[in-house]
Amino acid sequence: MVTRTRSRAWTVAAAVPDPEIPVVTIEDLGILRDVTEDDVGRVHVQITPTYSGCPAMEAIRNDLVEQLSDEGYRQVEVEFVLAPAWTTDWMTDEGRAKLEEYGVAPPAARAAGVTPLTLSVRCPQCGSPDTRESSRFGSTACKSLWICNACREPFDHFKAI
Amino acid sequence: MSSPHPTAHVDYLLAVADDALVNAQRLGWWISRAPQLEEDVALANIGLDQLGQARALLAHAGQVEGAGRSEDDLAYLRDERDFRNVHLVEREQTDFGVAMARLLMVAAWQSHLYAALRGSTDATLAAVAAKAVKEVAYHLDHAGRWVVRLGDGTEESHLRMQAALDAEWPHLEELFDGSFLDPALVADGVAVDPATLREPVLSTILAVVEEATLAAPRVRPAVGGGRTGRHTEQMGYLLAEMQHLTRSHPGATW
Ligand SMILES: [Zn+2]
Repeated sequence: MVTRTRSRAWTVAAAVPDPEIPVVTIEDLGILRDVTEDDVGRVHVQITPTYSGCPAMEAIRNDLVEQLSDEGYRQVEVEFVLAPAWTTDWMTDEGRAKLEEYGVAPPAARAAGVTPLTLSVRCPQCGSPDTRESSRFGSTACKSLWICNACREPFDHFKAI
Repeated sequence: MSSPHPTAHVDYLLAVADDALVNAQRLGWWISRAPQLEEDVALANIGLDQLGQARALLAHAGQVEGAGRSEDDLAYLRDERDFRNVHLVEREQTDFGVAMARLLMVAAWQSHLYAALRGSTDATLAAVAAKAVKEVAYHLDHAGRWVVRLGDGTEESHLRMQAALDAEWPHLEELFDGSFLDPALVADGVAVDPATLREPVLSTILAVVEEATLAAPRVRPAVGGGRTGRHTEQMGYLLAEMQHLTRSHPGATW
């Protein structure tokens, strides 16, 4: 387990928004794993991909370099780490709340072991649990497409993984 | 115990990577051609997962090889004889039933393979597998639903789904053939002997086949050879399309 000291560099990195769902930061999503800085302004950032093929990773890397450079860090290194594998369990409660407010149903906090493919999902618009899955794969790899039977609106659901 | 030949480790990583890479390339063909818009999106996302797994594995293979080849070099600058994927993933799939039958087989195979590789003594391979196993669970579920829906659908869809299964089934056995593999790699805990996955993979597939009211085809296995670089005629066309841009414009970037 990484000990997260709240350095200034961490605070800057943590504020970088997710390029696909900009209401949440990479810290909210649990993508940001570690930030270390030394006395001469060099920063090393570790991030982990949500999905193996997540196309947002390059954009996040560029945003991290840009934001940290703007704050005066002269040398920024961004490393992709694969182990341990990212899980939606790392999403913060604040991140889940922001997603729901934005209209994306957050992933269910799950019991260890089983991926709950068939749990009911609450509509982020009206709060009804009477919803159905329209497609297992949505606008991005991490989301599925749902329809609310109560208010008839479609919505995205962040899949538990 | 003899230690594995240095290239054996690279070849094994390429086998796992190339299955995912070539599968991704074939899945990409469906974008704009699937029976409904949601399916375009689904197959694009599944292809993207496969591509991501392939990239991580190719990058790792390049590092183990130690000759300075990047993931791009390995994907775009190898010739046909140097690809290690099975025939199952490389053949054309312009029939949606065939695409779903194949995805069911590939996803069932990868589910059990990646689950086993989470315990690989190659730490990077284990990490890639731990991530990928959760992704292919969705692929398996998706393909399974279509196979059941079409198999247990109308008379017409049943016949076509059965025909699709019959067409893909002969290529299943190649996945379980470990003759290309250096036994020392298995002994060292880097690789998994594919033969040990045969029973669990078949049982996963057969459960879906049964629910879909289809019959398990009784067919002779096709001649394989993909793991040692002997491919079908269609592989050349696939590589021509996949590698064309990089080879025509060396060093080009977006
Ligand atoms: Zn609603």
